[in-house]
Amino acid sequence: MTERKDRPASRRGFLAAAAGAGALAATGRANAQAPKPDPAITEPQDWNRHLGPGVDHAPYGKPSKFEAGVVRRHVGWLTADTVSSINFTPLHQLDGIVTPNGLCFERHHAGVAEIEPTKHRLMIHGLVEKPLVFTMDDLKRFPGRVNKLYFLECAANGGMEWRGAQLNGCQFTHGMIHNVWYTGIPLKTLLDEAGVRTNAKWLLAEGADASSMTRSIPIEKAMKDCLVVWGMNGEALRAEQGYPLRLVVPGWEGNMWIKWLRRLEVGEQPWQQREETSKYTDLLADGRSRRFTFVMDAKSVVTNPSPQAPLRHKGPNVLTGLAWSGRGAIARVDVSIDGGKNWQNARIDGPVLPMSLTRFYVDFDWQGQDLLIQSRAMDETGYVQPTKDELRKVRGVNSIYHNNGIQTWHVKPNGETENVEIL
Amino acid sequence: MSRSSKVWLGLALAAALALPAFAQGGKTGLGRSALPEEIKAWDIDVRPDGLGLPPGKGSVKDGETLFLERCAACHGEFAEGVGRWPVLAGGQGTMMADRPEKTIGSFWPDLSTAFDYIRRAMPYGNAQSLTADETYAIVAFLLNMNNIVKDDFVLSRENFLTVKMPNAAAFYDDDREKAEKHFWNRTPCMTNCKPDTRITGRAAVLDVTPDGGDKSIKVE
Repeated sequence: MTERKDRPASRRGFLAAAAGAGALAATGRANAQAPKPDPAITEPQDWNRHLGPGVDHAPYGKPSKFEAGVVRRHVGWLTADTVSSINFTPLHQLDGIVTPNGLCFERHHAGVAEIEPTKHRLMIHGLVEKPLVFTMDDLKRFPGRVNKLYFLECAANGGMEWRGAQLNGCQFTHGMIHNVWYTGIPLKTLLDEAGVRTNAKWLLAEGADASSMTRSIPIEKAMKDCLVVWGMNGEALRAEQGYPLRLVVPGWEGNMWIKWLRRLEVGEQPWQQREETSKYTDLLADGRSRRFTFVMDAKSVVTNPSPQAPLRHKGPNVLTGLAWSGRGAIARVDVSIDGGKNWQNARIDGPVLPMSLTRFYVDFDWQGQDLLIQSRAMDETGYVQPTKDELRKVRGVNSIYHNNGIQTWHVKPNGETENVEIL
Repeated sequence: MSRSSKVWLGLALAAALALPAFAQGGKTGLGRSALPEEIKAWDIDVRPDGLGLPPGKGSVKDGETLFLERCAACHGEFAEGVGRWPVLAGGQGTMMADRPEKTIGSFWPDLSTAFDYIRRAMPYGNAQSLTADETYAIVAFLLNMNNIVKDDFVLSRENFLTVKMPNAAAFYDDDREKAEKHFWNRTPCMTNCKPDTRITGRAAVLDVTPDGGDKSIKVE
């Protein structure tokens, strides 16, 4: 034992002496310093010597404490309080296409409802043959369970940027989005069980939170691909994402994905609820407003580099970002580093699924020059993501919602990156 | 395990694997019938055609008293809004202005929306505590604050559909696929797409971004 204890000590002594000799030797030569050994390698680290916590130290695991800065953030001045408010997914700190459950942005209208699952009920009534009530156990016994990966984007994502560059970070300009594997059953299964009458045209979905959130959904969409889900990324829904039950409305604005889903009413006309009239309608320059603008148009953003993730090294660097479309799969993503003068195809990695986030990369060499970085998404319907000015030309600057214009980041010679508007 | 018990296990497994599957599209019988009392308890929505309106009535005068007591802390005594809480009155004629003021009077297309929303979600933090008469009265007061009805107006289920909202005609259904058709099937330009480019605005100038992450720069 004594021998083993002594050996590292003498080895360290030798290395320190060698380093000292190196430093001495270097004093005689102005520019040609001998490389110093890296203490991260030469010095034993605490974690390399002492025992760590055992199993069950954290029965539900959390990220490393060194990742404590990877969190959702909100913008205080946007809303009157945090109970009816929104926060943002840290897109610049994530990779791949799946958003971890604890980082999915939140939007609540009356805070997070904490629902005891045994007391949760889902009711279907209105224009149906047989009004029904289901418990969570009933829902989990239905045949035909599915798992689907879909993005959920708030229609107001980018809403603060209509008049110009305002928020300095893709978390804040584009972070009202997440991409999650959902587990549940098709909404059609439940509607068929109740027997939808032939004159049914619309469906009202309602949540059990203190705002009783409601949205009207066309019956064709409800029967086509909507889901009623209890699982996200392999586990139960998080409370802030609608535990124990939420609606999934693929490709359509997030406000329609009713959380804490408790009621589905079938009818022959829309209900014109607050969230589809006074909100989530798009005021245009002529003073008129578009309503029922459900689909999220194709969009993309470079997540790295971006204001919260500046460049720190010259030489090889990895540019990456996300693209998505509510109309289907992403067909192509182009990237420009000169403000849209010239473009190149980005490399897409990972699955390309309809109405899901799609990850793209451009591996590039940076020599400290100014960059004006943009990305441009195309979807399988042939829609090409427009510039912000092209959008403003059609819609003006007061529509709040559905801002899918091309984002520009200015990378400066010191690596600092800023949200800018360009001509 | 004996030879005969192995045989029995094999038979049991075969039986388990042969579980009958549900035919697609067939009824499962899961769930139970919703009772009329249960539907009545949850079905509180009101449609523009008046479907769902409860019996009752309320005056502007009663609405003012209730509003001051239950609503004004956030929405202001005249529904003008406190701080960042919603402004409910005024703003008529501002929809084409630089900063439109969207209120019940200036923007909302349907009166039923106000009744429905107040009934289901207000007062904030004490939802569904108002009676039908109280809800009619508060809606009447808000119409009055927006100069849509006179001071002596009494709103009821009977006269509800006679109230016309000023901005009702300004809404139309999504026409992006027609109005923005030029965003489809373009062949995107790849080289020399514009002569020059210049920066016209910067987020850092505004400085409205919350702190987050290490933005100190040291390029290596």
